Amino acid sequence: MQNQKTETPLLETKGLTKIFGSLRACDEIDLAIAPGEIHALLGENGAGKSTLVKMLFGVLDPSGGEILWKGKPVSIGSPGEARATGVGMVFQHFSLFEALTVAENIALALDGNVAIDRISEEARRLSLEYGLPLDPSAHVADLSVGERQRIEIVRALLQNPELIILDEPTSVLTPQEADKLFETLAKLKAEGRSVLYISHRLEEVQRICDRATVLRHGKVTGACDPRQETPSSLARMMVGGEVAEISGAGLGEPGEMLVEIRKLSAPSRTPFAVALKDIELSVRAGEVVAIAGVAGNGQSELFDVLSGEDQVGDAEAILIRGKPVGRMGITDRRLIGCGFVPEERHGHAAVTEMPLTANLVLSRHTSDRSAFLSGGPLGLINTDAVAKACKRICEIMDVRKSGDDPAAGSLSGGNLQKFIVGRELDRQPVVLVVNQPTWGVDAGAASRIRQALIDLAKAGSAVVVISQDLDEVFEIASRIAVINEGHLSAAEPASTMTRERIGLLMGGFHDGSGHAEVEAAHAH
Amino acid sequence: MDMTQAIILTIMTAATPLLLAAIGELVVERSGVLNLGVEGMMVMGAVCAFAIAQLTGSAGLGAIGGMLAGLLFSLLFGFLTLTLVANQVATGLALTILGLGLSGMIGEAFIGLPGLKLVAVPLPLLSDIPFLGRILFNQDPIFYTSILAVIGVNWFLFKSRAGLRLRAIGDSHTSAHALGVKVVRTRYLAVMFGGACAGLAGAHLSIVYTPQWVENMTAGRGWIALALVVFASWRPTRVLAGAYLFGAVSIGQLHAQALGLGIPSQLLSALPYLATIAVLVVISLNRRMTLINTPASLGKSFVPER
Repeated sequence: MQNQKTETPLLETKGLTKIFGSLRACDEIDLAIAPGEIHALLGENGAGKSTLVKMLFGVLDPSGGEILWKGKPVSIGSPGEARATGVGMVFQHFSLFEALTVAENIALALDGNVAIDRISEEARRLSLEYGLPLDPSAHVADLSVGERQRIEIVRALLQNPELIILDEPTSVLTPQEADKLFETLAKLKAEGRSVLYISHRLEEVQRICDRATVLRHGKVTGACDPRQETPSSLARMMVGGEVAEISGAGLGEPGEMLVEIRKLSAPSRTPFAVALKDIELSVRAGEVVAIAGVAGNGQSELFDVLSGEDQVGDAEAILIRGKPVGRMGITDRRLIGCGFVPEERHGHAAVTEMPLTANLVLSRHTSDRSAFLSGGPLGLINTDAVAKACKRICEIMDVRKSGDDPAAGSLSGGNLQKFIVGRELDRQPVVLVVNQPTWGVDAGAASRIRQALIDLAKAGSAVVVISQDLDEVFEIASRIAVINEGHLSAAEPASTMTRERIGLLMGGFHDGSGHAEVEAAHAH
Repeated sequence: MDMTQAIILTIMTAATPLLLAAIGELVVERSGVLNLGVEGMMVMGAVCAFAIAQLTGSAGLGAIGGMLAGLLFSLLFGFLTLTLVANQVATGLALTILGLGLSGMIGEAFIGLPGLKLVAVPLPLLSDIPFLGRILFNQDPIFYTSILAVIGVNWFLFKSRAGLRLRAIGDSHTSAHALGVKVVRTRYLAVMFGGACAGLAGAHLSIVYTPQWVENMTAGRGWIALALVVFASWRPTRVLAGAYLFGAVSIGQLHAQALGLGIPSQLLSALPYLATIAVLVVISLNRRMTLINTPASLGKSFVPER
């Protein structure tokens, strides 16, 4: 490690800055990546990691500072120029085209006039070489998230880059898929390529990275060898203080049965949706049941039938507090004491252009009619009561906002999420169903939301949390089920569940008989 | 020339402007842009083609003029929606209204004048084939262009790299931009191609179909072309089938009306629309294929973050 310091870095930034309006998303960033090293870029959501790599890849123009490639200043004006320089990129939100085939997706990123059939061959060869099997003629829409990521990686590799940037690559993978990825990264390193690895997962970073640069609020707060650090020292650099510990203590004995799902099946509504197959689940008062799984395995479909956004043919398939609700709409389900928080904050859980108070009324106009509306059949909005409730929610959930009643869209992701969760908690629902409660939310807000969910269960409600974040699942759940291709595994007590077992269930191995099977599945 | 040949020829003449306008709009929509101004660009093409043919005495120059008029008109749409990022639906509607008004003004001096007709160009040898030669290879140049456009667009979209980039932009302009594809430039080119096709389609009306200028002579064909693109689920070959089906039923119902079958004439007039919708809906029942072909970013404005 020591001798690398004297070498000219492959890529170096000096005082790199990006300003959006009044926000300094990246503030005087100094970063140096040596040849043949796996370099971690650590930081919370909104720390400026993605902005930084977008500048390195020519998607964003820097507001100041310079980028040096092999010691010489370069200006990277477009992704094409970045590729020509020798930088490849695997995006966090995939830059794939669902309607096109794998080969077409790859062809798009390649310059020059290579025939499509030759790209197919080349892609197949490279994907096997790096242990990332791909079928070039498949449509992306039909592939799992893990397979989609392989396309991105193969696409980057086809250009023979010297530096590969991976933006949060494991956030969507099963633990086994992540292991595969790490093998690939080790192989790249052995070939002398450098990797810039963006993550907020400390374990991974300690496992595979040679050096780490830590960002907080757009500034570099530390540069270290992650193997010399402890997870808590890294976390301190990232968060700038201790993160509140979540306490699940006090979740007592489960009480009466509140949610019962029996033999619930639902066909897929669109070709890209997942069909739900024979789902069985029961949740009692005082329980937090987590549904883990890799995104796109039927989570949103399950949420939609639970919330009443989609109704099922068999009313008896879902019982809430003993009532068959399968054919009830959202409002009717709310009236019997349910609360729902969908995954997508913007446009689904909240109307971004409208103020918080309006968003409050939109979700609770019928269930809290007596509190928020007056004038009998006229249904006039009682603005004072709404404003008071809104203020209460913001105080309890510590929602940070500008002004009294800003538009929902002006809040940061974490603060809006706290608001939409708080909006439901404020009613003290008997049954709460939440989809990805802390997706893309920083650690402080996430721990607050998780604690609130646990507190609700302690108070005697049934809470269903659909989440792909395993740390979160283990932190809050009393029982854990795993969804895979529309099948739901039996919910098992969190105390007896292991990460490995969840990983197997995520991959569809229900008996969990071991590694041999997994290896066999990866081989084809 | 027997009766069957005559009927088939009228069907082809009725279908050609629809096909041309639709194939142009198909390329525009595949790039993710929704230009509802087809009717306006078509009528501008019709009036300019007629006027230029009158002034120069050449129907061929008229056709070229009509095409250029459509292209220039589409550039206005492109500037508003791609450069100034105006709403595509509103701009398209405005373009149609403007086109109808402007063409009426330009065409005022030409109302009632006998027009020049674009003459048929028989292709050597091919036009001597019995029956088919007369129908397929003794046609006006705009007909040949429309068929070549279908073949060319089909090849371009599904076989060429530039076509792949265009489809990618239509699927996700942000992803395409992140990969370094020139989103705005490609869309400009697509919009201009659509405008030229619509203009030529309009020229066909005023110098081939009925060689004269009548105000609003497009009579809603631009809207039918737009509908054809959607119902054909953005596939060039289906647009071809749809345009000819529409043409066939339009001509067929005219003959049925003349025969006096006792069916209300309003119902017969509605038949082409009903038949086309029915057939294309059945074709697009395969929802998977439809979704794969639907440009996901259709109608969305693109502003690159910088």
